[in-house]
Amino acid sequence: MQKRHLWIALMLAAGTVPARAETIQVTIDRLVFSPATVEAKVGDTIEWVNKDVFAHTATVKGSWEVMIPPKKSASLTLKTAGPVDYFCRFHPNMKGRLVVVP
Amino acid sequence: MSIRHTAALAALLLLGTAPFAQAADKPTDPQIAHIAYTAGVIDVEAAKLAIEKSKTKEVVDFAKDMVRDHEAVNVQALDLVKKLKVTPEDNATSQALSKAAAEERAKLAKLDGAAFDKAYVDNEVAYHKQVNGALETLLIPSAQNAELKSLLETGLKIFQGHEQHAEHVAGMLK
Repeated sequence: MQKRHLWIALMLAAGTVPARAETIQVTIDRLVFSPATVEAKVGDTIEWVNKDVFAHTATVKGSWEVMIPPKKSASLTLKTAGPVDYFCRFHPNMKGRLVVVP
Repeated sequence: MSIRHTAALAALLLLGTAPFAQAADKPTDPQIAHIAYTAGVIDVEAAKLAIEKSKTKEVVDFAKDMVRDHEAVNVQALDLVKKLKVTPEDNATSQALSKAAAEERAKLAKLDGAAFDKAYVDNEVAYHKQVNGALETLLIPSAQNAELKSLLETGLKIFQGHEQHAEHVAGMLK
């Protein structure tokens, strides 16, 4: 929470929300994240579009988890830079990677 | 052809997949559909027993995942056989699978607490491994219809995911 407040404060101080925050789609079809690797900037949003009839997750061990219900989408706004590997907790053979630059 | 069948059979025997070992002859699409559906039903039944008996959150959560995924696969399987106008055909492999599963459930029903959790999860690892072996070496290569083959391939990925998930849960129980 603290960090988030600080982040918002910093954005307010800067006067604007980062200008070109994008939404990047990752499709899930037949248990495959596609594209498997995504390059993004801090502030961008990843939107997972689940075409499967199965529930999936995008999970980073010891960090965040996004639940992606069957035939639905779910999003996460990237707050920290760095590469992260994620997987589906229900089907750990599904793997993806986000390379987040500042 | 017969060499491939012999090889597939040998692979199944090596994996200790007794029920599938009886399927020496190449199964037909109606038989494959029946086997795949039966395999899913068996795992749902085992999971329901675990939801009823286990008091361990990880085990119950895993079992709920199994019910959800296998029921979803089987809905797709039923939709597909309806579309293809195929009537799933009972066969020796399905019967052997059901018999082995009934024995396993009877064994599990007598266990409680940590002993139940361990036996259920260990069996989930072994069962998914067995079904994966059969999908890879026998069912997928034998399937004639492209849509059935594709559904089996998706099923294989789901089952492989479950095998890893079950191994993870088994690791947590130690």
